[in-house]
Amino acid sequence: MAAIVARIAQGMSNSTGMKEVYEQYATLFGTNKPMLQQFFIYVNNMVHGNFGTSFSQYPRPVADILKSSMVWTISLQFPAIIVGWLIGNVLGALAAYLKRGFDKVLMPVSIFVSNLPTFGMAIILLVIFGVGLKWFPTSGGYGFDLIPNLSWKFAWSVFMHYQLPFWSIVLIAIGGQAIGMRSMSIYELNSDYVKYSRFLGIKDRKIVGYVFRNAMLPQITGLALAIGTMVGGALIAEIIFSYPGLGYTLLNAVMGQDYPMISAVTLIITVMVLIANFLIEIVYGFIDPRIKAAQSD
Amino acid sequence: MKHTIRQIFHDGKFVVGFVIFITLLLVVLVYPIFIKDSPLAIISQGTFVPPGIYVNNYDTINSPTTYTLMLDNAAAKRIANKLSNDDRIAMKDWLVAFGIPESEIDTTNIEKLLDQWGQNYDPMKSVPGMTLAKQRYFQRVNVALQGILSTESLVIAQINPATGTMEQTGEINQSAFVNINDVANVRLLPLGTDNFGRDMLTELVKATGVSLQIGLVAGLVATLIGLILGLLGGYIGGFVDDATMFITNIFTVIPSFVLLILISFSIGQDKRGAVTIAIVIGLTSWVWTARAVRSQVISLRNRDHVNLSKLSGHSTLHVIISDILPYIASYVVMALILQISQGILAEAGLSILGLGPRTTEVPTLGLMMNWAMIYQAHILGKWWAYFPVLLVIALITFSMNLMNTGLDQVFNPALRD
Repeated sequence: MAAIVARIAQGMSNSTGMKEVYEQYATLFGTNKPMLQQFFIYVNNMVHGNFGTSFSQYPRPVADILKSSMVWTISLQFPAIIVGWLIGNVLGALAAYLKRGFDKVLMPVSIFVSNLPTFGMAIILLVIFGVGLKWFPTSGGYGFDLIPNLSWKFAWSVFMHYQLPFWSIVLIAIGGQAIGMRSMSIYELNSDYVKYSRFLGIKDRKIVGYVFRNAMLPQITGLALAIGTMVGGALIAEIIFSYPGLGYTLLNAVMGQDYPMISAVTLIITVMVLIANFLIEIVYGFIDPRIKAAQSD
Repeated sequence: MKHTIRQIFHDGKFVVGFVIFITLLLVVLVYPIFIKDSPLAIISQGTFVPPGIYVNNYDTINSPTTYTLMLDNAAAKRIANKLSNDDRIAMKDWLVAFGIPESEIDTTNIEKLLDQWGQNYDPMKSVPGMTLAKQRYFQRVNVALQGILSTESLVIAQINPATGTMEQTGEINQSAFVNINDVANVRLLPLGTDNFGRDMLTELVKATGVSLQIGLVAGLVATLIGLILGLLGGYIGGFVDDATMFITNIFTVIPSFVLLILISFSIGQDKRGAVTIAIVIGLTSWVWTARAVRSQVISLRNRDHVNLSKLSGHSTLHVIISDILPYIASYVVMALILQISQGILAEAGLSILGLGPRTTEVPTLGLMMNWAMIYQAHILGKWWAYFPVLLVIALITFSMNLMNTGLDQVFNPALRD
C-alpha cells in the first residue's frame, strides 16, 4: 500500500510542496505504520465492514461504492450464468440424444461460440443490437437522464439496459455447457446400465431421464468449478457495456491506481465465488443422494 | 506412434483446427518477410483511417504520363460522389420549405434538381423554422455544388519564388487518367489504421505473433507446474500429496482472474513486459492440469508394469519418466493446447482492464482491443479497429479447441460418433 501511495505521489511530485501532501496522505491512509501492523488494521477494519477510503473518489468510503455496484453485478451475473447453464445443458443433451443433423450443426457452432471471449460476444451484440439496430442502449445500467427510483420508467430503462450484457454472458455459457453435457450424455448413453435397461424393456423416455440425471451431476460440479472463470469473463463484459457493476468499478480502480478499492473488489469477488461454490455444493447434496450416503457412512 | 498420428490426421475436427492454426502461424511468419514496416510506426494523422488503397494526390498530379479515357458515366459518378443521397433529400426539403410543390421535385433526376436549386436557392434567405446550423449546412451544400456540372478543366498553379505570383504550370482535363503503376506513392491499407494511425494489418500480424508467444509461454509454465505438482502428489502420495492438494485447492477456489489482476497490478506498469505477463498467467492457471494429472497418476500408480519397474530397482524419477509419463502424455498435450488458448484469452482480458503488457514495445491482441475500446471504435462504427482482432482471437482459440476435441476423440474412443 505504501508503494502505491508513493507511486501516486511520484506522478505529482514535480512541485516542492508535495512532500508535505504526501505525508499528510500517508498519515490519513495509515501507510506510515509498519507493513504488518497495516495488514492487521486492514483485516480488523474489514471484519467490521470498513474497507477504507477510496483513493480515486477520495472522500467516499470503499464499502459505500461497493454496496451500490455489488447489487448490479449479482443481479446480472448469477441469473445469466444459471440461465446459460440450463439452456446449454438442454441443448447438449438434445445433441447427444438426437445426433445427426442437430448435433452436426450445434456442435461446431457451440465450440466456436464458447471460444469467443465474453468481451468479444459483448462487442458483437453491442454493435449489432446497440449501434446497428438501435434496439437496446449501448452503455450504463439505466438511462443517463434518470435518477434511481421505483417508477415504471426507471424499471423499463433498467430492463432494456440489462438485455445486452445478460445475453452476451448467457450465449457464452451455453456454448461451453452444451459441449460438456453432450460428451457426458454420450458417455452415459453408451454405459452398461442403459443397455441393461433396454434389455429389460424399460421405455426409452424413462431411460433418457436416468441418463440425463446422471450426466447432469458432473455438470453441476463443473459449474461450481467454472464459476470463477465465468465471473472473470462477465466482469469484462460489464466493462464493455459500462455496466455499473463490480467490473466497471474495478476498471476505474485500476485506472485511478486505487489500491484499497482493487483489494476490496477482488476480495468481494472471491467471497462471492466462494459462496456460490458453497451453495452449489449444498444443492449437489440434494440432487445426488450418493453424496449424503457417503457422508453418513 | 505412427498409427496414432495417422489416426489423428484422419479426424475431421483435428484437421480443420490444424489447418486454421497453421495458416495463422504461416501468415505470422511469412508476412514480416515481405512487408518490413515497423508494426508500431505511426503513418497517418488522425484516428481510424478507413481501409482502402491510398493514392498520393501530389504524385498523381505530377505523374509523367496521363491518359485520356472517355467514359460515359464519369460525370454521373463524380456528381454522385459529391452529392450523397442525404444531401439530395436535404435539398428537396429546402426546396419544399421554400415553396416548390413536392410533386415537381425528383431526387433521382440530378440535372433537374440542380437546376431548380440553382434558380431558387439564396443563401441569404432564411426559411422560417430553420435553425442556424441547418442554414449553414445548406450553405455548405451550395458551395460544394458549385461547378459540379462544369466541363472545364482544373488549373494547376505554382507560386513563382522570384516574382511571388501564381503561374499556371499545367491543366487537368476531366477525362485525364493516370495509371496507378506510374504513381510514385500508393499505399494499400487493407484494414485501415488504428486510433494512433498505425497500419492495422501489420500491427495485427505482429500482435498475433506476440499473443501466440504469450499463450505458449503461459501454457508451458502452467502445464509444467501442473505436471510436476500432479506427478509429485499422485505418485509419492502421503504428506506430499496432502500439501500439493492443499495448495491446489486454495488456487481452485480463488478465481484465477482475480489473482491475475492483483499480481499484474502490483508488478506495476513499468515492469510489465509481454513475457512477464505470460509467466504470471502461467502461474495462475496450472490448477486444472495439476488436478487431472494427479487423478490419472493415482490410477496408474498401482498398475502391474509400474510395480514391476519399482521391483526392478528403478529410481522414482526413472519410473515416472518411463512408466507413467507415456500414459499421460496425450492428456498433457491436450491440456497444453487448452492452456495456450486460455492464456491468449487471459492476456486479452487483462489488457482490456488496462493491466496488460506495457504499450510501448509490442502490440498484443488484447492491447489492440483495449485501444479500440478506449477510443470507442465500436460505438463510432470503425469495425476495422476491433473486428479483425476479435476474429483472430476467436480463430486461434477455435482452432485449438477443435484440435483438442479431435485429439479427445482419438484418445477417448467412448466419445467417438
